[in-house]
Amino acid sequence: MSSIVTAVVSLGGLGLVFGAGLAVASRAFAVEVDPKVEKVRAALPGANCGACGFPGCDGFATAVASGKAPVNGCPVGGEASATKIAEVMGVAAGSADKKVARVICQGTKCNASEKFEYTGIQDCKAASLVLGGSKSCSYGCLGLGTCVNACKFDAIEIIDGIASINPEKCTSCGKCIEVCPKSVIDMVPYDQKVFVECNSNEFGKDVKVKCTIGCIGCQICVKACPFGAMEFENNLAKINYEKCTNCMICAEKCPTKAIWADFESRKKAEIDEDKCIGCTICKKQCPVDAIEGEVKQKHKVQEDKCIGCGACAQKCPKNAITLK
Amino acid sequence: MEFITILVSAILVNNFVLSRFLGICPFLGVSKRVETAFGMGAAVTFVMTISSIITYFVQKLILERYDLEYLQTIAFILVIAALVQFVEMFVKKASPTLYQALGVYLPLITTNCAVLGLAILNIQMELSLMKTIIHAVGAAVGFTLAIVLFAGIRERLALADVPESLQGFPIALITAGLMSIAFLGFTGLV
Repeated sequence: MSSIVTAVVSLGGLGLVFGAGLAVASRAFAVEVDPKVEKVRAALPGANCGACGFPGCDGFATAVASGKAPVNGCPVGGEASATKIAEVMGVAAGSADKKVARVICQGTKCNASEKFEYTGIQDCKAASLVLGGSKSCSYGCLGLGTCVNACKFDAIEIIDGIASINPEKCTSCGKCIEVCPKSVIDMVPYDQKVFVECNSNEFGKDVKVKCTIGCIGCQICVKACPFGAMEFENNLAKINYEKCTNCMICAEKCPTKAIWADFESRKKAEIDEDKCIGCTICKKQCPVDAIEGEVKQKHKVQEDKCIGCGACAQKCPKNAITLK
Repeated sequence: MEFITILVSAILVNNFVLSRFLGICPFLGVSKRVETAFGMGAAVTFVMTISSIITYFVQKLILERYDLEYLQTIAFILVIAALVQFVEMFVKKASPTLYQALGVYLPLITTNCAVLGLAILNIQMELSLMKTIIHAVGAAVGFTLAIVLFAGIRERLALADVPESLQGFPIALITAGLMSIAFLGFTGLV
């Protein structure tokens, strides 16, 4: 019994002595920290996800305070924290183009066929080790939820056998992209409305056998795109998001519906007749001939033809065209 | 004469890094530049020397007197941890650049096995206080010597034409192995 007491007392005593020594030393060697760092740190979400490229939120805060990182460098905090940090630093925030992660596969249970029944560990990485997963298509989403577990923001759920990412919750931290064994998650602009939702690099015939909604490489979309935004490589259509105007023609023309578009949010051009001078510039720009009217006449948009690409609005010298 | 023997033995023959393979972590981690390597060596030297003295007294006055030898590891770790904290505060105040350069490796001296290894070896070798200090200084100088030499080689390696598959850490590890073999040549010196 007494040995326990001596052990506790002596070790505890040692600890006390060292602790007191350190307390004195910390007073003597106190270093003043830049108060900006603490304020910036307070404006950050504190997830320590590392998406900014710095080791944790503390690292980012130090970098911002010393001017080495942009105030809007935190993709998780987004605009809200960028404005707060900008206030602390006394600069304008400037909004970075928001991006979100998106699963580029529509191979749900009814669309994509299975080559065998998988009953192993319910994890995409484990499943992909067995003949590349149970889906016949070796490029598709396996839907076992490895990304769901990796997402710290609860933005991913499995719907009908494939992962689906909620763009409102997604913070573009990139954790899901890292863990996905199929690389079927892509980073896309937040306000993009059209996506090629197929990841398969196989030839059209093979794709058709395995999935009813895959890209078969017919290149109809490439020809249909009025803006040259559709690229084609490795048997797969790919949208150049910088050129795309979300006109959704490609999605209309796609024979397999592999191109998904948010048709509900499609806009229509509208010409303000008071401002229009009848210059016909818009008429020449329109890729679908939806604008009528001769020179010096007020132009009119045929609503059923308009695809809402905005090409006319961009070129109108009088800013008479709005997209609604 | 005995002091010189202990000193030479600790620096060259039984070099902590290259013969005893203790403290490999900072040896590989902080050896990219000679300057920071030297700073690391200086910090380790300080911690090693002071911790050896304190652990000597802790062992003789507390542990042995009350038959608490079984608490040696935890008591020594306590001493080392407190000392490293102190060194960290001091370095942060005295040289912010060195503090930045050492980064995470400074608090990691706490878990540097060379420091704890030295403290335990001192007790095992049954050295007197004077010899303990000499041994500690020798070990620390040996550590500094090894890490500074290694950093010097790595600085030149950075400019050398290294085969692609060996660039970076692989060639560093090979270099460390060759250095260790070279230090083997000191065997039999004392």
